[in-house]
Amino acid sequence: MAAIEKELAIDVTGVTKRFGDKTVVDAINLSVRRGEIYGFLGPNGSGKTTFIRMLCGLLTPDAGSGTCLGFDVRTQQAEIKRHVGYMTQKFSYYEDLSIRENLDFIARIYAVPDRAAAVQRSLERLGLTHRSHQLAGQLSGGWKQRLALAACLIHEPKLLLLDEPTAGVDPKARREFWDEIHQLAAGGLTVLITTHYMDEAERCHRLAYLAYGHLLTRGTLADVLATAKLTTWRVTGPDLLNLAATLRRQSGVEQVVAFGNTLHVSGRDPARLSTVITTLRDPRHDWQPIASGLEDVFISLMDEAKDNFS
Amino acid sequence: MSLPRFTLHRLWAIVLKEFIQMKRDRVTFVMMVGIPLMQLMMFGFAINSDPRHLPTALRLGDQGPFTRTLVQALRTSDYFSIIHETSSESDAQRLLQIGDAQFVINIPEDFSRKLLRGERPTVLIEADASDPAATGPALASINALANTIFNRDLPGPLTRLRAKNGPVDFRIHAHYNPENITQYNVVPGLMGVVLTMTMVIITALAITRERERGTMENLLATPVRPFEVMVGKILPYIAVGYIQVTLILIAARFIFHVPMVGSLPLLYAVAFLFIAANLAVGITFSTLAKNQLQAVQMAFFFFLPSILLSGFMFPFRGMPPWAQNVGSCLPNTHFLRIVRGILLKGNGLAEIAPELWPLLAFLVVAMAIGVKRYRQTLD
Ligand SMILES: Nc1ncnc2c1ncn2[C@@H]1O[C@H](COP(=O)(O)OP(=O)(O)O)[C@@H](O)[C@H]1O
Ligand SMILES: [Mg+2]
Repeated sequence: MAAIEKELAIDVTGVTKRFGDKTVVDAINLSVRRGEIYGFLGPNGSGKTTFIRMLCGLLTPDAGSGTCLGFDVRTQQAEIKRHVGYMTQKFSYYEDLSIRENLDFIARIYAVPDRAAAVQRSLERLGLTHRSHQLAGQLSGGWKQRLALAACLIHEPKLLLLDEPTAGVDPKARREFWDEIHQLAAGGLTVLITTHYMDEAERCHRLAYLAYGHLLTRGTLADVLATAKLTTWRVTGPDLLNLAATLRRQSGVEQVVAFGNTLHVSGRDPARLSTVITTLRDPRHDWQPIASGLEDVFISLMDEAKDNFS
Repeated sequence: MSLPRFTLHRLWAIVLKEFIQMKRDRVTFVMMVGIPLMQLMMFGFAINSDPRHLPTALRLGDQGPFTRTLVQALRTSDYFSIIHETSSESDAQRLLQIGDAQFVINIPEDFSRKLLRGERPTVLIEADASDPAATGPALASINALANTIFNRDLPGPLTRLRAKNGPVDFRIHAHYNPENITQYNVVPGLMGVVLTMTMVIITALAITRERERGTMENLLATPVRPFEVMVGKILPYIAVGYIQVTLILIAARFIFHVPMVGSLPLLYAVAFLFIAANLAVGITFSTLAKNQLQAVQMAFFFFLPSILLSGFMFPFRGMPPWAQNVGSCLPNTHFLRIVRGILLKGNGLAEIAPELWPLLAFLVVAMAIGVKRYRQTLD
C-alpha cells in the first residue's frame, strides 16, 4: 500500500471549495502517478483553476484531504510550494522585467544553487538565449509561454501544474511545447495540465473531465471513450442544413455537428437513435456508424451534467 | 447620403456605460463626493487664519491691582487662553520649548508701581513664532488691549497716565523665528508633506500592481513569505524616503537658509519612524484597493487631511477642536512638530518625546492592519 502511495504524485479525496454559497469544486477524488501527463478538461468556470490552486497551496480546501508529492494539502502548503512548478492561466511574470531578470528573480526566490548557471541553462534549453534582454511585456504569446515554462522549471520541481498553457499559442509552438512536456515526463516529472484542445487531450496519458465542479469521467483516452456509451453516425449528402434542423428536434438525438460536407449525429441510446434515423431516411443520404470522438463525448457529458447539477 | 459622424444613440450608449461603470466603482464615487465635501469642511470651517485661544503662560512678578486687571483682560480676550501661572522663569521657558505654550507673558515685579508713576512698565511677551501666522493677530490685539483696559483704573487725576502710546510698553520677543520668515516654518514642514504623499502612494501602488497584473498569484505560489514580500517592498522605499529628506534638508539649508539648531542625526533617526508609518499606511491601502486607481485615490484621501489639518498649511491652533482631533491622529502632525522642533528650537529627544509615541502608536496600528489583511493564500 505504502509503495503504491509513493507512486502517486497527487492523491486527494473529497476536495471541495465553496465561494459564498456556490460550490465551485465538489468532492473531487484524483490520483496522478509519478511521471504521468494528466489532462484536465472542462468548460470555462468548471473549477479547473480553483482545483489546481488547492493542489499548490494557494487555496485551502473547505473539505477533503490528501497529499501532493506526499505533503498534506491542508497543512504542508509551504513544502508543496517548494517542489511544485505552477504556471498560471494568465501570464504572471513581470512585464517590466527582461526575460533574464524574471528568471533570475524566480531563481532567487527558490534559492536555486549556482543561480547564474541555472538561469543560463534554462535560457538555452528553451531557446531564449538570444532574447534574454527583451522585456517580458514585449513578447508574443508563444514566447511568453516559453518564458513562463522556463520560470516554473527553474527550481527543478517534481510536479508541474500547467493551467491552460497553450491558450492563444500557434499550432507549431503548441506542438513544440508538447514535445517538451513529454520529454520532461520521460525524465520523471509529473504534469497536470488543463486544456480546451482535443488534440492535446489525446496526447495525455490519462484524462479527467470536469463540469460544474464535478469530475464526470476519467481514465485513459480509450477508457473515456468506452465508458461514454455514445453512439455516433456520420451522414453525407445534399441539403444537410435542413436535415440537421430536423434532427435537432428529435428526442434521442443529442448532438448534430457539421464537419464540412458531413454531419455527425450522436445519442446515448443506440436504439432510439436508430429509430430516428430510420424514420428520416432519405435515399440521397448516406448513413455510416462511426466511433464517437472525444469532443462528442465531452459535450454529451456536459449536457448530461447540466441536467443533473444546474 | 453621407454617413453621419455623430449620432445621439451612440453618445447615449456611452453615457449609460459610463454611469454604470461609475456606479460599480465605489471608490471613485466616494472620492467624487468626498473631495468636495472635505474641501468645503476644511476651507470653510476648519481653516482659520486668525487663530484664537492660544495657550499662554503667565510669569507674574507682581500681584498688584493693575496686574490683576491685565490678567483679567487677557482671560476675557479671545486670543489668549491662560494655561499656566508661574513665578519661575525656567518653568515658563520649558512650556514654550515643548510647544505647550504659544506665549509667555512676563509681568515684572515693579509693574503696578511703575504704572502709577507713569513710567510705562515693560511687559515682555515671548512668542513661539516658528509659525508666524499663528502669532501675528494675537500680538496685534494686545496693543489695542493695553490702550483700553486701564482707562477705568486710571480715572480723574490719573488720566494723564493714559499716555499717547499707552500706559504699558509691550515688548515682543519672537523666539525661534524672530524675523517671522514663513519659509522657516514651511520648508521643514514640507518634509512631512512630501514623505506622506510619495511614501503612501508608492507602496499602495507597488502591491496593488502585483495583484492587478496577476503576478501576485505567482508570488504566492512560490515559497516566499508575506512578511518577506512586505519588508522587501518597504526597504527600497525607505531609501527613497531618506533621499527625499536629504534633498529637503539641503534645500532648506542652502536655498532658504533655514536655521538648523538641533541634531540632524536625531532627525534622521526619527524620520525612520515616520517613513515606516507612511509605508504601512500604503500597504494597508494596497490590501483594500482592488486596482491601482483605487490605491491612488485612497492615498489622496489620506494626503488631503495630512496637508490641511496637520499644521502645515494653517496654524494648528487656529483650527476648531474637531479638526485638531483629526489632525492629532495623523502622523504628519507629529512629525511636523518634531522637525520644526529639532531644526528651529534645537529640541532634543526629551523635548520631542511627546510627539514620538503617537507616531509609534500609529506605525504599530497601521502595520498590524496591513500584515493582517495581506493574505498568504488567495482564500
Ligand atoms: N476567488 C473567487 N471568488 C469567487 N468566485 C470564484 C473565485 N475564483 C473562482 N470563482 C468562481 O468559481 C468558478 C470556477 O472558476 P475556475 O476555477 O476559474 O474555473 P475554470 O478554471 O475551470 O475556468 C467560476 O464560476 C468562478 O467565477
Ligand atoms: Mg481556469
